[in-house]
Amino acid sequence: MSSQGTGPDTDQDTRSAPQPARGGDVLREIVTGNAVISVLAVVVAMAVGGVLIAVADSGVRGSSTYFFARPGDTLVAAWRAVSGAYVAMFRGSVYDWQAATFAAQVKPLTESVVYAIPLILAGLGVAIAFRAGLFNIGAQGQIIVGAIVASYVGFAWDLPVVLHLLLAVLGGLLAGALYGAIPGILKGRTGAHEVIVTIMLNYIALYFISWILKQQAFNPGRTGQRSPAVEGSATYPLLVPDLLVPGNSFRLHAGLLVAILATVFTWWLLERSTLGFEIRAVGANQHAARTAGMSVARTLALTMAIAGGMAGLAATAQVLGTERSLTAGVAASIGFDAITVALLGRSRPLGTFLAGLLFGALKAGGFLMQSVTATPIDIVLVVQSVIVLLIAAPPLVRSIFRLPAPPARRRRRPRAARPAGGPSQEVTAP
Amino acid sequence: MKLELRGITKTFGSLVANDRIDLVVEPGEIHALLGENGAGKSTLMNVLYGLYEPDGGQILLDEQPVTFDGPGDAVAAGIGMVHQHFMLVPVFTVAESVALGHEPTSTGPAGLLDLQSARRRVREISERFGFDVDPDAVVENLPVGVQQRVEIIKALARDARVLILDEPTAVLTPQETDELIAIMNELKQAGTTIVFITHKLREVRAVADRITVIRRGQVVGEASPESTEAELASLMVGRQVSLAVDKRPADPREAVFVVEDLSVLSPAGTAVVDRVSFTVRGGEVLCVAGVQGNGQTELAEAVLGLVPAAHGRILLDGSELSRLAVRDRLRAGIGFVPEDRSTDGVVSSFTVAENLVLDLYDAAPFARGPAMSPARVHDNAQERTAEFDVRLTDVQDPISTLSGGNAQKVVLARELSRPLRLLLASQPTRGLDVGSIEFVHRRIIEERDKGTAVVIVSTELDEVLALADRVAVMYRGTVVGIVDAADADRDVLGLMMAGVPLEEARQEASRHHSSLGEADLTAGSEGGLT
Amino acid sequence: MISPVPPAAGTDTTGPAGTPVRARADYRTTVFYGLAAAVAVLLFALRTPGGADTRFQVVTGSGLFTVPVIAVPAEPVAWLLSLALVGAAAWAGVLTHQRRRVPLWLHIAVGVAFVLCFLVWVGAGRAALIPVTSLLAGALALSVPLIFGALSGVVCERSGVINIAIEGQLLFGAFAAAVVASRLATPFLGLVAAPVAGAAVGAVLAWFAVRYQVNQIIVGVVLNTLIIGLTGFFFSTVLSEDAALWNARQPLGTLPIPLLSQIPIIGPVLFSQTILVYLMYVLVVVLHVMLFRSRWGLRTRAVGEHPKAADTVGIQVNRRRVANVILGGAIAGLGGAFFTVGSGLAFGREMSAGQGFIALASMILGRWSPFGAVVAALMFGFSRNLGNVLSTIGAPVPSEMLLMLPYLITIFAVAGLVGRIRPPAANGQPYVK
Repeated sequence: MSSQGTGPDTDQDTRSAPQPARGGDVLREIVTGNAVISVLAVVVAMAVGGVLIAVADSGVRGSSTYFFARPGDTLVAAWRAVSGAYVAMFRGSVYDWQAATFAAQVKPLTESVVYAIPLILAGLGVAIAFRAGLFNIGAQGQIIVGAIVASYVGFAWDLPVVLHLLLAVLGGLLAGALYGAIPGILKGRTGAHEVIVTIMLNYIALYFISWILKQQAFNPGRTGQRSPAVEGSATYPLLVPDLLVPGNSFRLHAGLLVAILATVFTWWLLERSTLGFEIRAVGANQHAARTAGMSVARTLALTMAIAGGMAGLAATAQVLGTERSLTAGVAASIGFDAITVALLGRSRPLGTFLAGLLFGALKAGGFLMQSVTATPIDIVLVVQSVIVLLIAAPPLVRSIFRLPAPPARRRRRPRAARPAGGPSQEVTAP
Repeated sequence: MKLELRGITKTFGSLVANDRIDLVVEPGEIHALLGENGAGKSTLMNVLYGLYEPDGGQILLDEQPVTFDGPGDAVAAGIGMVHQHFMLVPVFTVAESVALGHEPTSTGPAGLLDLQSARRRVREISERFGFDVDPDAVVENLPVGVQQRVEIIKALARDARVLILDEPTAVLTPQETDELIAIMNELKQAGTTIVFITHKLREVRAVADRITVIRRGQVVGEASPESTEAELASLMVGRQVSLAVDKRPADPREAVFVVEDLSVLSPAGTAVVDRVSFTVRGGEVLCVAGVQGNGQTELAEAVLGLVPAAHGRILLDGSELSRLAVRDRLRAGIGFVPEDRSTDGVVSSFTVAENLVLDLYDAAPFARGPAMSPARVHDNAQERTAEFDVRLTDVQDPISTLSGGNAQKVVLARELSRPLRLLLASQPTRGLDVGSIEFVHRRIIEERDKGTAVVIVSTELDEVLALADRVAVMYRGTVVGIVDAADADRDVLGLMMAGVPLEEARQEASRHHSSLGEADLTAGSEGGLT
Repeated sequence: MISPVPPAAGTDTTGPAGTPVRARADYRTTVFYGLAAAVAVLLFALRTPGGADTRFQVVTGSGLFTVPVIAVPAEPVAWLLSLALVGAAAWAGVLTHQRRRVPLWLHIAVGVAFVLCFLVWVGAGRAALIPVTSLLAGALALSVPLIFGALSGVVCERSGVINIAIEGQLLFGAFAAAVVASRLATPFLGLVAAPVAGAAVGAVLAWFAVRYQVNQIIVGVVLNTLIIGLTGFFFSTVLSEDAALWNARQPLGTLPIPLLSQIPIIGPVLFSQTILVYLMYVLVVVLHVMLFRSRWGLRTRAVGEHPKAADTVGIQVNRRRVANVILGGAIAGLGGAFFTVGSGLAFGREMSAGQGFIALASMILGRWSPFGAVVAALMFGFSRNLGNVLSTIGAPVPSEMLLMLPYLITIFAVAGLVGRIRPPAANGQPYVK
């Protein structure tokens, strides 16, 4: 190796030889930056979405053929299309003033939360992995496996009320944890890159669920791709009783409490527990962690198991809360949305919780928008990804809004100092 | 080619690395640039090589002002550089490495490589200077000394008329250093101008025609090779420094730490530590000396369990460690100060307080069961930083805000904060200023006097001589010999570092005093800085 | 001058005390082969009914050289093949014991023998023929986007930029090819639009990864989501409103190559294809040669292995990376065209269906070399097609299990069970002077 026998770095010579990628860099990118950037990123993303809505609107395109003769027509049409879509999105996610009853008016808010629950839980799983420097692309597969076990316990077993739900939830948690642990163990033992392994495990889970739904136990005497319904004793109870809001049809279930508990647990785990100390140390500097006597392999395996367990809980929100049976599409795109949720939440528990709520609202609103204005819900994906892209590159947001660069932090030691000034500083500062 | 730098200034944030440096290098001379670590030598050369853009000043080649937009321009202007960390792609062959950047290609739009002509060029230069380099060898399989020659061939293949050698002897044995000096003299004969960056006084005196001394980013003087080492040293460091550690003679007790027949294999399967045996008693310091890369790093890592031992036993107080995990070895009473502090010793994004419990976080009083106590961690940090005089604003700041010396004190404070049976410190003062070096040395001797067995791995002979009660010299993975510090003399140790067995080295040293037999030994005045 | 004693140790690992210290032999390949052999013996050979035949149909359609159906006695052949596998495992064990490398051809032979053994068992005593030619042709078809995607990954990652966005590049290429070909009513213009679209995705990746040094995996993952959203959005709006104008099928015709397409078995598989597939053949060979034999390749590899070393000899590291990422995007985009104009289909939502990730896995299994990536991509394509074909002829194994197999193999491979895989040393790391 050309890097062999390195003496100490003299002067300001930066490290010459390529160094193995450190989770710390990832972490740094995710957790630096500030709230202003986040808000501006959301604004830009909504604007980008607006442009797309306008472009795709047939009215706008029709009037744009004579744009130079009467530009006003185009602008009015565009405004109608965009505002119509976003107003519908708001009505679908927060408050619907057009609805007849109070219950129906506030239902959108509860729907947003319903969509947010699995996003928060799976997002926490991704976030915990991030803190250990791991990319958990595998929430999808972990959700599927968790959903299979949770739903099986839910519909096949016959147990008393509280116990049944507990066991079903535990089953989903453990299944997700075991499935999540696989890439962690492989990474620790053999160095297999978790991104590849989790992607592969996603496909394996996908084929597995499609196989198991054809089996007698999961699909007795049916032709459809749906398992028997989960017993009432194993479903999450609804949270808003009729007493409180009469005539409500809210789907808001006790999974919300699980999500809140999981968020608090994640905070405690990362900030106050010895395992969290290990997770953060391994994520920031594996060499130092190993030298300090931590078992990196064990930490990686445990981290991924916890991450998978969170995804398993997300699965229970689906099969024991909203869907109440197992389908091949149970994971929908939650596993991938969870990645963007964790990124937007900067891998912090509270941040992930809030990001989950935002994306849940986008989803709930997206459905109403799709049905009312014929604007496809895909726009939500665009908005989400633009938000995350912008948040990952604060200098870009600053240059869009002509914000001043933040003062260079005096954290750096001289040996890491770089001659280049300019916008790249923030993301590269050690 | 004549090279002249006028008023070169380069700053990194608030740090002024080069402060209006003037330097004139006459054609065909070997010009040494002498200075401590961090004095600004490498920055200056990186400016000259186009890697950094200077904030001020001018570069002149043969009286013509030039500006370099990147290394490509510098190369085109006839400047070649052999970096301290070799700039070679490990998986390339020698011919590919030499071709890279100005590839000979067959005609046509495809740009297909003409490796045949690259090979020819390598052989040509290799024969002219007696390098003996195979153009088809893969770089990563070559010994360091040969890799360095590949770097020189790279520069010569681009018709470099000014050759910059950045700390070229740091990784070489005394014998390889002799060979390099012969090569430098041959290049000089062939008309190449050489800038030789180093902090090793003996080499400078042996090879340089003129010497420029740099301190804290400024030129502090010029000297001729006739100057005494003492003169050069005081110029370089700025004051008279004595590194003699005030210590009583050792009071060795029972054998605490025993290494028996220990072998460690590299990933490729060769023995990097080869049947090493030694015993350290409580209350004595054993220094492991040797040129960088002769197995010391792996030896230390094997003792802690970071790399597996392929063979042999490691005993602490009579119980076998080889099968224990790192954590259990630390618990058994090993204090470990790693060689590369910033990678292995601290987590730079963690706070000072967190770093102070990096290997104690799950033990009482910092944790009860799975829950940690931030208050205890904080209090501990206040105490330790006060005790070790760590200069900081807040223990909750990331440790990356601390200077190297203070960070090293944090590592030391952490390792010494629990009862130890063995303290194993690698390069404990590398990169530290003189004040910190004295402090660290004193704490190490205090630990020895408590009855702890101490092993210090150091490539700096001065540090070795200052701390050791006994010295074990390593060469290519083996312990060449172990000598009492009282009998250790620089010449003998230097020969042993080149692989000469103890007895022979003694005879050799007494009958033949080579000017460079001890070339690798560092100057008395500059302490533990490589 | 002093003359030091020659080293007592070093490459020679025999210590002074006598017995040599040696690295432990790595028997993972042997274990892996052993598993394959055990499966072959226990699940295939032992369960193949005696006296039955397995019939392979070699050429479908009419050709100059029509080869009849080949019938083989199932039981003896299954035993022969599985015993060969046992032998291969044993031999690998011997080689490993002697610290010798297991040759590449043995890996391939073991794979082929395993698959044949499996097919013999599946077809034993069945009326249905094992359609060898369509099995291979289908495998190639499924491999085309994988090969393009994997080549894209090779071009990017050899220069040190991780390209997780292959999926998005394929999808955007498919979209652009369909829309442009439909709007202008020429499939060939779709082949122009597809690489442009892929390159655009590559440019965004390069912009964020190189200019802003955002983590490359994050950008890739997010770009995939973005492209799925974008194409899905336009598919549901513009493309659906006027499908005849914007999303009409514009198939590229097949161009059988005279004579070559008449060769039995491989002729119809390889040489009766669209221009896109022929482009792929050329691309694979050209890229392989260029990567290892040209100035571009040498510089690309240097930038991916040790960017600072490349910088010190005057190579513009970041410029090279940006160029390679855009080129890689274009290659994947072109591959995306296979989904639409290349297969004669209209654009459909998320029609790349995760193939970009499989392409990524192919690249890794192929150890970042174009030829290696092709072999791995063919393996994926073959096993996927095998699953499809066998589920139609009613195999005794659930097709889902077969479809899982390549993903399992990939996990084994990246976990090092089939040998070390060494990525470019600077892969994924932004270069800052």
